[in-house]
Amino acid sequence: MRKSVLVKVAVQSILKNKMRSLLTMLGIVIGVGAVIVMVAVGQGAQSRIEQQIQNLGTNMIVITPGSSQQGGVSHGAGTFNRLTLADAEKLKREGGQLSGVTPVIFTRAQAIGGQGNWRTIINGVATDWQTIRDWPLKSGTFFSETDVRSMRKVAVLGSTVANNLFLGADPVGQQVQLRGVPFSVIGVLETKGQTASGTDQDDVIIIPYTTAQSRLSGSPRIWQILAATYSPTDIPTAQQEMKALLRESHRLGADDEDDFTIRNQTELAEAASGTTQVMSYLLAAIASISLLVGGIGIMNIMLVSVTERTREIGIRMAIGARGSDVLTQFLVESVVMSLLGGIIGLLVGFAGAAILGKVTGWSTATPPEAVAIAVVFSAAVGIFFGFYPARKAASLNPIQALRYE
Amino acid sequence: MPDAASGTPPVIHIEAATKVYEMGKNKVRALRGVDLQVERGEMIAVMGASGSGKSTLMNILGCLDTPTSGSYHLDGIRVDGLTRNELAQLRNEKLGFVFQGFNLLSRTSALDNVELPLLYDHSGRKRDTKALAAEALQRVGLGDRMDHHPSELSGGQQQRVAIARALVTQPSLLLADEPTGNLDSRTSVEVMALFQELNDQGITILLVTHEHYISRYARREVEVRDGRIIRDEPVRDRHVAKVDLSGIPDQDPVAAT
Ligand SMILES: Nc1ncnc2c1ncn2[C@@H]1O[C@H](COP(=O)(O)OP(=O)(O)OP(=O)(O)O)[C@@H](O)[C@H]1O
Ligand SMILES: [Mg+2]
Repeated sequence: MRKSVLVKVAVQSILKNKMRSLLTMLGIVIGVGAVIVMVAVGQGAQSRIEQQIQNLGTNMIVITPGSSQQGGVSHGAGTFNRLTLADAEKLKREGGQLSGVTPVIFTRAQAIGGQGNWRTIINGVATDWQTIRDWPLKSGTFFSETDVRSMRKVAVLGSTVANNLFLGADPVGQQVQLRGVPFSVIGVLETKGQTASGTDQDDVIIIPYTTAQSRLSGSPRIWQILAATYSPTDIPTAQQEMKALLRESHRLGADDEDDFTIRNQTELAEAASGTTQVMSYLLAAIASISLLVGGIGIMNIMLVSVTERTREIGIRMAIGARGSDVLTQFLVESVVMSLLGGIIGLLVGFAGAAILGKVTGWSTATPPEAVAIAVVFSAAVGIFFGFYPARKAASLNPIQALRYE
Repeated sequence: MPDAASGTPPVIHIEAATKVYEMGKNKVRALRGVDLQVERGEMIAVMGASGSGKSTLMNILGCLDTPTSGSYHLDGIRVDGLTRNELAQLRNEKLGFVFQGFNLLSRTSALDNVELPLLYDHSGRKRDTKALAAEALQRVGLGDRMDHHPSELSGGQQQRVAIARALVTQPSLLLADEPTGNLDSRTSVEVMALFQELNDQGITILLVTHEHYISRYARREVEVRDGRIIRDEPVRDRHVAKVDLSGIPDQDPVAAT
């Protein structure tokens, strides 16, 4: 039988029972819709990870105190914080793979200067910080090695701080007080914008770590060490090297766990997108259950349809339809039905992804492949679950089928 | 089995055909050795009491079923032993069916119903199936009812659509199992007039009927009893349905034609 006729017959028979067909399609609609949302969330997360990597600076590695394993935390009094300036200096000295190393000291402080008063985060860092973060200046200069060594009270402002204190005027050459200590502003960073989780990266003041330690924090404790490699391919070996150096400086025995965690930018970004991962798994579960239930629904309706149309099948066979003709007819019908459900599901999925993106603030991306995914999934369900009823129709005995009331 | 004289085989040549239905331990012998030969251009009526085996014979002649034993040649082709697909192809190419209950697809127009057998043609030849279907409908006098659905047609008209569907493939044999069983007497005669007209144009027709006044329109009459043919003779006082029609009052002008 001609293909166009087959599709026409299938569509007619689906339209004959509009409500029934619609309810049957519902499972496929939800299933395909969930698949599309899942793909959209996954793609969104992926592009966000890439964007974040760009944002963090090239080839960056972050070392934080404490073990990445949960059990390793309460190891002894010092375990909680065993990153010191000595560690950073050792890495800087002996890390052959590293293009730059900086300790990071975080404190919060009220900044007073210009026209305003602004609570912000202070980062005490070394000169390498600027190249590691790959963060250019809007105006002024970054501090020098001499500034660091001499514990000078100099500050580089993030653009948010600059705007809030100086209301658009150039702050370079002006003064800013941090906890009553006057700092002179020597530079302003370019605007970098928000991170994926919504933190304003420009709400920051950068000062030499030596100054931070002596004037603000007053302890040898450091929060992070940032490092960078010369090229992305060096990252794995650099991580190995850093691990060995830190274990040595912390005098860890062969059986001791690391009391620090080394992560590269990819690992960091992935950790940040953990929630969307969970969401993706949930959607995958919903999608597969819906497709299964939808498929069973189609099989059920097709079996009903075969019984209802036994006489029609008998007539078709009497006038020369082969088993394969009848099989194809019913298979086309179930595939058309599930494809229709798939197309509706596609639209529902697009709408769902857009709404989810609005509500959660996640970036979602609906790629053109989604159309192919919807078509393939729904057609596969239609063929798989339509086959048994179609086989049943095709194997009917024409005489008995004709006699069927 | 070519006929030596004319060179064309008989349309039906069935020999010693039996059919046994096995119902658990019971065996129903529906046919007990049937011999029948029908030549091209014949119009033959099969008579017999209920349960005598007429429909069983029709199913075998119509390639819907195969005999338990015996041989059957349709148009010179041996039918017993063919596969399901081969039987389907034979039904499509060589046979046209007309049933008592019309058996049209509801919610499908008259034209689409008639076109249907052409769509199951596996020979691959290209034909204008719609035009052929329209032509067949014109032939049975329903040229103005092509877009009507079965529910919008009278019983007689539905049976004409069924006849058009049987004719559209230009079959060797038209089989009709009680074609007038669901029709009133005037409409029955009208359908028989159509059969006679088609037969005059050279179409071979075999029909099953209970009614004597129907079998009079055939050229030959066969009687089946207990699965055997007990009588096979030409119809002596053959009636012409067209003539009879003028004698029957047109009681229900809407239902008729
Ligand atoms: N599928 C079947 N299974 C078992 N027995 C059957 C079957 N079909 C027909 N029979 C039996 O075969 C015999 C002949 O039946 P058939 O239908 O050929 O009679 P018929 O002459 O067409 O009767 P009617 O005039 O009532 O249509 C009957 O006894 C019937 O019960
Ligand atoms: Mg019968």
